[in-house]
Amino acid sequence: MTAPVLAVKKLSMTFGGLQAINRLDMDIHAGEIVALIGPNGAGKTTFFNCVTGIYTPTEGDILITPPQKKTQRINGLKPNQVTERGMARTFQNVRLFQNMTVLENVMIGRHCRLSAGIAGAIFRGRSTRMEEEQVVKDSYAILEKLTLTKFVNELAANLPYGAQRRLEIARAMATEPFLLLLDEPAAGMNPQETKELDDLIVWIRDTENISILLIEHDMKLVMSLSDRIFVMDYGKKIAQGTPEEIKSNPVVIKAYLGEEFDAFT
Amino acid sequence: MVSLAEIKKSFLIAIWFIFLTFPIMVIRVNTVHNLIEWRWRNMILVGIGSFILSFFWRHLFKKKERKGPEKPKIPALVKRISDDRRLFLPVITGIASFIVLFPFLFSMYQTNIMVSALIYVMLGLGLNIVVGLAGLLDLGYVAFYAVGAYAYALLNYHFGIGFWFALPIGGLLGAMFGILLGYPVLRLRGDYLAIVTLGFGEIIRLILENWNDFSFGPSGIANIPRPSLFGLEMSIETHTIYIYFLMICLVLFTIFVVNRLQNSRIGRAWIALREDEIACQAMGIDKTKTKLTAFALGATWAGMGGVVFAAKTTFINPVSFTIWESIIILCIVVLGGMGSIIGVISGALVLILLPEYLRAFSEYRMLVFGTMLVVMMLFRPGGLIPDVRKAYQFKKRNMES
Repeated sequence: MTAPVLAVKKLSMTFGGLQAINRLDMDIHAGEIVALIGPNGAGKTTFFNCVTGIYTPTEGDILITPPQKKTQRINGLKPNQVTERGMARTFQNVRLFQNMTVLENVMIGRHCRLSAGIAGAIFRGRSTRMEEEQVVKDSYAILEKLTLTKFVNELAANLPYGAQRRLEIARAMATEPFLLLLDEPAAGMNPQETKELDDLIVWIRDTENISILLIEHDMKLVMSLSDRIFVMDYGKKIAQGTPEEIKSNPVVIKAYLGEEFDAFT
Repeated sequence: MVSLAEIKKSFLIAIWFIFLTFPIMVIRVNTVHNLIEWRWRNMILVGIGSFILSFFWRHLFKKKERKGPEKPKIPALVKRISDDRRLFLPVITGIASFIVLFPFLFSMYQTNIMVSALIYVMLGLGLNIVVGLAGLLDLGYVAFYAVGAYAYALLNYHFGIGFWFALPIGGLLGAMFGILLGYPVLRLRGDYLAIVTLGFGEIIRLILENWNDFSFGPSGIANIPRPSLFGLEMSIETHTIYIYFLMICLVLFTIFVVNRLQNSRIGRAWIALREDEIACQAMGIDKTKTKLTAFALGATWAGMGGVVFAAKTTFINPVSFTIWESIIILCIVVLGGMGSIIGVISGALVLILLPEYLRAFSEYRMLVFGTMLVVMMLFRPGGLIPDVRKAYQFKKRNMES
């Protein structure tokens, strides 16, 4: 069996006296859709921030194995270095570049795959011109895939909410990731939009060969999408398994519904 | 129609203004006769004036609200001119011939003012990189201007280095100091960054003022040579015209470079940094590198502007590099329209030329100037000519598929 694309070993994150993540283990294999669930404040977003380099974890290892490459440890790398190595993310509350156009937002995603420097920008030689043409073409192609082309020259701020969410995914995909981390992609969406998101995520996995790790509160979406689910509470992993296993796991039910639940069973 | 409530509101405003202006408009101490004059007529005029103006003011606000969000009228005009060939050519030739003929049509005094304005255009475009594009609020920008000016003055004094050699050195030194300032403030943003850059600007000025052995202190450096042209002897008039055209070339060069940077990979990274620092990093942009290039490239223009300033005035001392200069340059960028090249140019021309031509209002000059700034920011918060993002055209074929 090949090495998991992302393997997290005994990861801990402490803020002062608060243990936000406590010796967490997790692994994601190529082509999987994995969900990370848990009650509010369980440490899910902190986990994302550790993995993507926004925080440096206090202890533990984060190992990635990009396709056709060797396993490498990425603790303590900066967010941009993590993205360069092939992990892209979206944010819980949409963080688009509001005053840039939709196309430019995606072009920013391409940034780390381009090389033009200051001299290139000023003299605009052949290689820079070609690179610029290519980036516009590539970015447009990504917008086509996510059916955002009708907004191409609109400012990101003027997009409807569902389209903003899609644009965030488009921007992340532009960085050519092998693993996409989605932080509550369905938050604030209506059932119709959630359904479309469900199809989109499966489509990304199947046609773009991108593995997916998502945090989500919409249980219907999580159960229908995920191959495997990890459950966190108070910074610890309390369960893992297939959707069926998680649904009937008493520990998970207790974490979600509280202690009193025992009294009724 | 005008309602009773509105009349009441205007009446209160009038009373408030009478109260505010009472000490300066009504009371006057006549020191010759040791008398206090009560100019009641002024009070009535202020009252009537503010009563009428308040109606006008409210009318403007209502009109603005009815129009909804700000519509970019002027950018549309600029865009129409640049898109339509028939309009574009005559407009550009018109502007170009005016620029070329300016020093011959107007007096030397006017040309001199124009040269100062052009230096500020260059400074504004430089600061626009830092503030307008990268969103890093820099209140110490004048420090780099000082670095450029002193670089030329001192290099010339000690080593006899000429203007043309000093110009790139000034730019380079500006960039170096930009990185020097940029490095420690990488973690800071917004208000905190503003305070630190403000401190940096003051440090540079205080060093220049107090390190007598190095910078000749408050007495400054005199007899800085004007720029040369193949060793030709020139009168002051020709020299002024020469510096004018030199500045025009430098400004054109600045516009060219800034425009190219703005629409490049680096320019996009700057704007992304301005919009959202965390998302920008998560998209694979190296924050450190992007911030430092913004500081360095912004400061380069200030360094070069400083060299020209020293050559133009032939005398510099630390008084020319106070915090007030930084604020004026920042005003140019904000008033003109952050991130917009045409905006910054018009901002610089308005802010530098207006106070000169407002001399007709003599002592009320700065009052009129201040009022205009306030009105401007209330009615056009995006600046004179706000930035418009580049639109890309795609073929119909792509659109359908």
